[in-house]
Amino acid sequence: MTNKAVIRKKIIRIVATLVLGIMALTMVLPLLWMISASMKVEADVFKYPVEWIPKRFNVIANYKEVWSGRYNFGIFYLNSIKVTLLTTFLQVLISAMGAYAFSKIEFKFRDGLFLLYISMMMIPDQVTIIPKFMIFRSLKLFDKHLGLILLGSFSIYGMFLLKQFMTAIPTALSESAKIDGAGHGRIFLRIILPVTKPALATLAMLKFVWTWNDYQNPLIFLKTEKLYTIPLGMTKFMTEYTSFYSLIMVAAVCAIIPLLIVFLFGQKYIMDGMMVGAVKG
Amino acid sequence: MKKKMSKEALAAILFLAPSFLGFLVFFLFPVLFSLILSFAKWDMASGISSIKFVGLKNFKIIFKDLWFTDSMKNSIVFTVTTVVIGVSIALILAVILTRAAYFKNTLKAMMFLPYISSTVAIAIVWMIVLQPKYGPVNQFLLSIGVNKPPNWLADMKWAMPALIAMYIWQNLGYNMVVYIAGLSSVPTDLYEAAEIDGAGAFSKFRFITIPMVSPTTFFLVIMGIINSFKVFDQVNVLTQGGPGTSTTVLALYIYREAFKFYDMGSASSAAWIMFVIIFIVTIIQWIGQRKWVTYE
Repeated sequence: MTNKAVIRKKIIRIVATLVLGIMALTMVLPLLWMISASMKVEADVFKYPVEWIPKRFNVIANYKEVWSGRYNFGIFYLNSIKVTLLTTFLQVLISAMGAYAFSKIEFKFRDGLFLLYISMMMIPDQVTIIPKFMIFRSLKLFDKHLGLILLGSFSIYGMFLLKQFMTAIPTALSESAKIDGAGHGRIFLRIILPVTKPALATLAMLKFVWTWNDYQNPLIFLKTEKLYTIPLGMTKFMTEYTSFYSLIMVAAVCAIIPLLIVFLFGQKYIMDGMMVGAVKG
Repeated sequence: MKKKMSKEALAAILFLAPSFLGFLVFFLFPVLFSLILSFAKWDMASGISSIKFVGLKNFKIIFKDLWFTDSMKNSIVFTVTTVVIGVSIALILAVILTRAAYFKNTLKAMMFLPYISSTVAIAIVWMIVLQPKYGPVNQFLLSIGVNKPPNWLADMKWAMPALIAMYIWQNLGYNMVVYIAGLSSVPTDLYEAAEIDGAGAFSKFRFITIPMVSPTTFFLVIMGIINSFKVFDQVNVLTQGGPGTSTTVLALYIYREAFKFYDMGSASSAAWIMFVIIFIVTIIQWIGQRKWVTYE
């Protein structure tokens, strides 16, 4: 390549990076505004031009106000942690068991049953949510964390995702264990689960993010305020304290932090998981 | 031999039991029950026995309901715009990112952030940023000389565009990441051959990139239509369907009928209309893909 062509290519790359950089900035700007507003004195929130780095820091007072006293954001936080961790754990376990049955055990109607499961993936939540509401009311699961956890513990998507991975594991691996006299329980625990660890991590992280963010189910299935999870707690917060924007932004920052931590550690798993089925192969 | 068979069957039952129970209680039974409800009138307070079949009456009623017809229109507008604009921008950004940029991973992660953040938290941030009087967006518009900036979420004309913009913004990172994966499977020798033939950047994009990523486009369009049609969280937090019916979408209509007015019959009918639309879209795309999706 000639010298001129190299320089031209470099310029193109710099321009492209700049264009993307501006785009990426607009993607994070509202989030930066949120963080900055959460650290300000209320009177400075809407100052224009925006003070990206607050002149008057009010971080500790703001966060203290939200986390203690009459706001008591801590309760919503604990509820979210409890519901999210239990849902995620159960979901991964139940999906893995189902996926194992569909990929490693031979039984009648296997393909038919799997097709029936999969066909339900197309049906929107809105169709099933009304009967679920009624089931929960008659089973006394309405307005309880247990109901919310059970509701989230089963998903066809999770099972589908894990089945894809498990089907790819060579049968020779489990066959040889079978010859050595291992039952399905042992093959599942000792061979399949360790091998599918990356898939389990992917599902766990996706499920964590989705459950943490879930707004619709708690909105319908919870009534008591002290049982609220963060998304519900936040909307309540906002309607009751409409004019305390800095405090609302504290709550928003707190709601997002666990997600950022999960994303930071599991970026690759999360992105992989979201693309199952997206690209051919 | 027989003993071994039953042992397999027993293992299958044990492994499937939890997920099958979930499937029955949370999917199969609710689907059937909701189908019945969509053709029935039911006063919840007086038990199952009070379910009365009314045939197509629910459907007749909702199609006369201005709220419903407006919500259908809004859902269609929302879906078409978010999918078309969202997917196109994502493709362009993905191409720029893979073909020519520094700091690829940082940029990718930055753009992915809104998607991974809490929807409710983000919706609230947008609500405040778009605040008509003091919000930074309008203050900025005023400062550059726009005399009467829109009231955004409080304005009949602007509420929907604001929602659409927020939704595209939130999902752009996801669409882009999926496209980046799709682009990585396009063989580079195709581009090299085109360059030798003297093809410019645009014709390479038009005649190589677009056809080669069509399976990804296909996936994103289908998933985009399905998800946009079901949109609820953003709308309920940002506008609750207002002002007027200007942002009432189908999912919001169903929610309101069911859990505000306790009219489970018409809510179920509307939910089934939503399902039928999603089903038809999936089928059409499925048949259509043979025509325009290029598999190697």
